[in-house]
Amino acid sequence: MIHNVEPHEGHEVHESIKIEGFWLFLVSDVLLFGALFATFIVLRTHYAGGPTGKDIFDVQEFTIETFVLLTSSFTSGLATLEMNKGHVKGTIIWLIITALLGFTFVGFEIDEFSTLVNEGYAMSTSAFLSAFFALVGTHGSHVSFGLIWMIALIIQTAWRGFTPITKRKLSIISLYWHFLDAVWIFIFTVVYLIGVM
Amino acid sequence: MEPKFKVSHFFIHGDPLILGADISIGMATLMIIFVLTYFKKWKWLWREWLTTVDHKKIGIMYMIVALLMLFRGGVDALLMRTQLALPNMKVLQSEHYNEIFTTHGTIMILFMAMPLIFAMMNSVIPLQIGARDVAYPFLNAVSFWLFFFGAILLNVSFVIGGSPNAGWVGYPPLSELQFNSGPGENFYTLAIQISGIGSLATGINFLVTILKLRSKGMRLMDMPLFTWSILATSILIIVAFPVITVTMLLLFLDRFAGAHFFTMTHGGDPMMYVNLFWIWGHPEVYILILPAFGIFSEITSVFSKKVTFGYTSMVVSMMLISFYAYFTWVHHFFTMGAGAGVNTFFAISTMIIAIPTGVKIFNWLLTMYQGRIRLTEPMLWTIAFIPCFAIGGATGVMLSIAPADYQYHNSYFLIAHYHQVFIGGTVFGMFAGLSYWWPKMFGYKLNETLGRWAFWLWNIGFYVCFMPQYALGFMGMTRRIYTYGWDMGWAPLNFLSSIGAVIMGIAFLFQVWEIVYSIKYGERDKTGDPWNGHTLEWSIPSPAPKYNFAILPTVLGRDTWWKTKEAKEHGNDEETQQELKPIHYPKNSGIPFILSAFFFITGFGLTFEWVWLGVIGLLGVAICLIIRSFQYDTDYSISINEIKKTEATLRGEI
Repeated sequence: MIHNVEPHEGHEVHESIKIEGFWLFLVSDVLLFGALFATFIVLRTHYAGGPTGKDIFDVQEFTIETFVLLTSSFTSGLATLEMNKGHVKGTIIWLIITALLGFTFVGFEIDEFSTLVNEGYAMSTSAFLSAFFALVGTHGSHVSFGLIWMIALIIQTAWRGFTPITKRKLSIISLYWHFLDAVWIFIFTVVYLIGVM
Repeated sequence: MEPKFKVSHFFIHGDPLILGADISIGMATLMIIFVLTYFKKWKWLWREWLTTVDHKKIGIMYMIVALLMLFRGGVDALLMRTQLALPNMKVLQSEHYNEIFTTHGTIMILFMAMPLIFAMMNSVIPLQIGARDVAYPFLNAVSFWLFFFGAILLNVSFVIGGSPNAGWVGYPPLSELQFNSGPGENFYTLAIQISGIGSLATGINFLVTILKLRSKGMRLMDMPLFTWSILATSILIIVAFPVITVTMLLLFLDRFAGAHFFTMTHGGDPMMYVNLFWIWGHPEVYILILPAFGIFSEITSVFSKKVTFGYTSMVVSMMLISFYAYFTWVHHFFTMGAGAGVNTFFAISTMIIAIPTGVKIFNWLLTMYQGRIRLTEPMLWTIAFIPCFAIGGATGVMLSIAPADYQYHNSYFLIAHYHQVFIGGTVFGMFAGLSYWWPKMFGYKLNETLGRWAFWLWNIGFYVCFMPQYALGFMGMTRRIYTYGWDMGWAPLNFLSSIGAVIMGIAFLFQVWEIVYSIKYGERDKTGDPWNGHTLEWSIPSPAPKYNFAILPTVLGRDTWWKTKEAKEHGNDEETQQELKPIHYPKNSGIPFILSAFFFITGFGLTFEWVWLGVIGLLGVAICLIIRSFQYDTDYSISINEIKKTEATLRGEI
């Protein structure tokens, strides 16, 4: 049984407890996305005379988007490996690559959304589009939030090197990044693939 | 784009009640500013309270806000009961009545009961498990201030812009733009959103605290039952609150961005809102009641001087309740017409969840059986709770019978049932907890005589108010009607019910008197253990020093403090003097307050659809988060000398 942890004995314990808390946050975030997925699945055929998934999804675009995000998850894993080896420089380089891929992903999404809106397909067009924008947009804002956070951590790592605190923070952002990747796989399947079928 | 709401929408005019509220809010604000300035207390307020990360102080702040909200929600209730006391009353207009029952429900559940529970959690849990603080003290402060500013946002709606008026559940399509174009429902969604983030963080914080920060020797099955109840509650919070976040977001998008999640047109589905709302809402009911169960378990054991009967079954039934809580939500709307199969499933699951609750009732009774019962104020509340909750539970089982529910649905029968479990369970539980832990929080007991006055008035008032409402429900009176005619035959019972409400109002005044009187004259607690308690919080001085335990205690199993005291009596007290060590302690921070204030600005801006103000608020939030991320010097060390000095002062040696 887990107990006996004296919280103030050392930084190591203190830092690991924050990672455990972050796992619980991820649990709650899974449920947040779960509710959005449920909403999307209920409303995904409620076109109300508006466009269907087939009409608006660009297979090439969302495939590239998916590869970009999956690759960024891989590079973020490489950054963690570098961190475990104690290489500050390698970690930072891989994190920068991860962030660049992340920006590319967000760029694709902004492009997709603005194209749709310019064509007159907005949230107010139909329940299907409301659910689409809400689900994909929530994921996108998670990614954007992660990017700002990642930049802050890159600066902190460059500045302070590896300490128990920076290491804990880097572990947490990599958890977060992989989590967003996992969510995207479900969006890719449920929204896009099934949508164009 | 022309903004939808102009400054002219800002102040509500024409209603003398609201004008009165405007004036009294203005006066109260000026008075607070004057007092703080005159006594030069601004710095003290900022240093000691607004920036604190100490769970004990945060607990006290939760309690103060909760009691203020109880007052606000209570005034709402009294206004409604005045309007309904006799047929054809003209105290409130129908529109105003709608706003008042909406804010009454929202405030009582989310801004009175929840913070009162958080007050108990913060004040007690770390002490009870032998920890020096919660797992994330900074986050704890963020939670409190988010709750605080969420509460303010909902309350300003009364004087600025207009209150929400679609019921505390905010069902579409009534809460949609089409039928509700004012800012009221925006206040509702955003206030719940902001305080909801805080609640979620509290759930995570306390689950980790309980799992990871228990003192040496405390296994899970040694934990006090209040700690167990908060463990179950925290799990419920983590799983339920994300859903309300999404629900409120989607309703807001409908209203703000013209989306069609819950609208009547363009493929929207209003019933989806009802499902989502209650997927959160039903676990929320158990979030509200489980902590009360925990408190009653502590109190019955201490004041009967017996170990809890059936500890294991208590734990198992609490965990079962928190599991079944996710499978009963449809019983809130059997009349939706989901079909016989679905309704049957949810009817049966609702009946099943009553079983573990019944087990607990018997355990409390058997704990008291043949015990040496002391009828103190906490014990009185506990004893009053048992029959009250048993009746409320029985009427709940009546409601769970789906075919019969078509008759009860949205009638005063439901209102009576709900208030019986909520007041008889949660509110009595929190009052019991407050009077039980008050000496630990403040260092003095509450006055017993005034407490008994409050207790009896609450109880008499409660039954006089709500028993007639069961009958009114059978007579066909539905909830949310703002007036009725003489020909309905409802007048006598409604009048009686209103008398009960007034008695409860007087009871509240007695409680205020009790607190104010006890601040000055209450019996001081020099021992730290005024009730002969059985758990660790009673092993340290009252109020506890900021680091709680100078030396982290070793736990001797269940009811550890009784065991320690017994060992001392028998002389086998091998007090191994452990050496003091410097204590790591988090520094105070102003960021939680400022961050939450920016959330408030965001919420206020978006309520009036002033996007620029919303953006300013969000930028502020982002800047606060970045600043915090770059802070590395967040802790300090309390020296051995300081600990020695504090301990000596607390134990009266200086």
